[in-house]
Amino acid sequence: MARSETVDFRTRLQDWLPRLVLAPSFAVTLLFVYGFILFTIVLSFTGSKMLPKFTWVGFENYEKLFALPAWHTAIVNIAVFASLYIVICTLIGLMLAIFLDQKIRGEGMLRPIYLYPMALSFIVTGTAWKWFLDPGIGLQQVMRNMGWESFTFTWIKDADYALYTIVLAAVWQTSGFVMAMFRAGLRGIDNEILKAAQIDGASNWQLYRRIVIPLLRPAFLSAFVILSHLAIKSYDLVVALTGGGPGRATEMPATFMYSYTFTRNQMGIGASSAVIMLMTIAAIMVPYLYAELKEKK
Amino acid sequence: MHRMSMVAALTLSTAISPAFADPSVEVMHFWTSGGEAAALGAVRDKVVAGGVVWTDAPIAGGGGDAAKTALQARIASGNPPAAVLILGQNILDWAAEGMLGNVDALAAAEGWDAALPQAVKDFTKVDGHYVSAPTNVHRTDMIWASKAAFDKIGAAYPTTWEELNALAPKFAEAGIIPLAHGGQAWQEAYMFEAVALGVGGADFYRKALIELDDATLRGPEMVKVFDQMSALRGMVDPNFPGRDWNLASAMVINGEAAMQIMGDWAKGEFTNAGKVSGDDYACIPVPKASGDGFVYLVNSLSFFTQTDAEMIKGQEVLASAIMDPAVQVAFNLAKGAIPARTDIDLAAMDSCAQATSAALASNDGAGTAVPTFAGTHAANASVVGAATDAITTFFNSEMTAADGATSLADAIAAAQ
Repeated sequence: MARSETVDFRTRLQDWLPRLVLAPSFAVTLLFVYGFILFTIVLSFTGSKMLPKFTWVGFENYEKLFALPAWHTAIVNIAVFASLYIVICTLIGLMLAIFLDQKIRGEGMLRPIYLYPMALSFIVTGTAWKWFLDPGIGLQQVMRNMGWESFTFTWIKDADYALYTIVLAAVWQTSGFVMAMFRAGLRGIDNEILKAAQIDGASNWQLYRRIVIPLLRPAFLSAFVILSHLAIKSYDLVVALTGGGPGRATEMPATFMYSYTFTRNQMGIGASSAVIMLMTIAAIMVPYLYAELKEKK
Repeated sequence: MHRMSMVAALTLSTAISPAFADPSVEVMHFWTSGGEAAALGAVRDKVVAGGVVWTDAPIAGGGGDAAKTALQARIASGNPPAAVLILGQNILDWAAEGMLGNVDALAAAEGWDAALPQAVKDFTKVDGHYVSAPTNVHRTDMIWASKAAFDKIGAAYPTTWEELNALAPKFAEAGIIPLAHGGQAWQEAYMFEAVALGVGGADFYRKALIELDDATLRGPEMVKVFDQMSALRGMVDPNFPGRDWNLASAMVINGEAAMQIMGDWAKGEFTNAGKVSGDDYACIPVPKASGDGFVYLVNSLSFFTQTDAEMIKGQEVLASAIMDPAVQVAFNLAKGAIPARTDIDLAAMDSCAQATSAALASNDGAGTAVPTFAGTHAANASVVGAATDAITTFFNSEMTAADGATSLADAIAAAQ
């Protein structure tokens, strides 16, 4: 009798243990992620200025937001930045992965070299590139000191080109990581398929174009999702590299959101810009998750 | 497990106990650079000597943006610090929220009304209550000039805009950058307010940047202000965007550039480099086209309402220490500003501070002292933020002066 009760207790405990262990982190995530997402959405419909206030104003904040020239600059900038960043990172990452896949000597040494920039924080990357690109102390000055007097590279000081320096630094940081993802994908491809194709007389180019790259589809999707959320979060890199300048030329939605919410006492407008950012990410992520989960069935 | 909870309990009790035992004051501020920390040290020594426990809560970040965020979090959690360094309209905003206490009894006993100029009282005495104790006044419409550079071209310091504009080509010919400038949005906003007062005068400044009168913002006088901004734009080196203000000061210090337009906190850079006012550099007011003028920024510690009697006592000791004449002098020797009190002897301070202090007294009397716009004294943070966007966009583009005035007026109208 007593024995069966303990067994009962044990099995029940075993049933409950995973839930018990997960419960705190679940509760914390629920409150601090989803709770605050909800709070932000609520705030975006209130007239909050310096502190959260619950006076309803309907869609007024959204109307004001889309009337602001700074927000338009931010949207255009993120569109240009994200598309360039994602495309260039993917291309370079894929290229590096394929080149490293040619059974070359010293691969073990080369791979970490490309991967290491990912170990740096965006603040470090931004500061280092700020100095490197500064015409007075960086690349331009070094080239001129070496005798190339007419060398000019002033993108970071030019309102029309500063955005591309952010792309440059971001690509430098993450393309090695994308390479590692593609490298893992390449490892997973069945050698038998490749051998069969070679026997059929496929050239190397055809092999990659028709077989390898299509088989890398899951790696492309993961790369896309990771790169797109990194692009939308691009706050620290912009702050360290250009500080949103010259002028407001490199303003991004994230820097916009921070300044309106915390330094300009326009919490309502800041919250509405955060909601727009969330919806943008959701628009990218939801179809992806949907497709992924559907495939598993 | 037991040990851990004991450690936690111990830390907790040591953290809390002084609040119950002795009068204490927690001071939240963003004065973390060398000179600023030394300045605050003068206040702290006086407070500690008064038997009050000083809890320092520094939040790094020169402009105070990070401190502002931290303060909002503390208020939201219902635990406001006893004294906080906040600027301009933010003091009025927090007072309007009903978050600030006052030190009226002490102020009456110590005669603050007679000791402080009206300019300072505007931002420390709200609705008849002293909610804040002023440590110092900064002048923002200042030019820092390199004596060596002016000697090289044999020119005198400019007193009018025409003279200043005429100097630029001469400096350029001599291989000197006429104007050292840090191309960050806030620096361009300070430059703009100095030009607005200098070109338009105090009445124009009030109408445009305090009353935010739309017609004045779009008017011909504002276009003239932007014209002068364009002229200044032509005097900077191509490498200016993103430069920190102290690096621009360094360019004047080592003679690479002739002038910098910057508030008088720049003096600390010159002093730290071993330069002497008058011998190595000059601090001169930005030229004034109509009448006199003075743009001021008040630094003060504001008192958030406390319920604990010991903490209220701590606030009073702090307020009294800040207003102590000896502390005011020691504080400002380190900070590079001028005392908020106009009734104390400045013999210990340098010629630059003495001249600024005299200018404050005369402009305060004549009604030509105006509060800083860039430092959110003249208007609230959302208006200043929007205007700063327009100003920095103008300064970093080839926009015409008329378009600059229009975009400023539009930005201010949208932010109200």
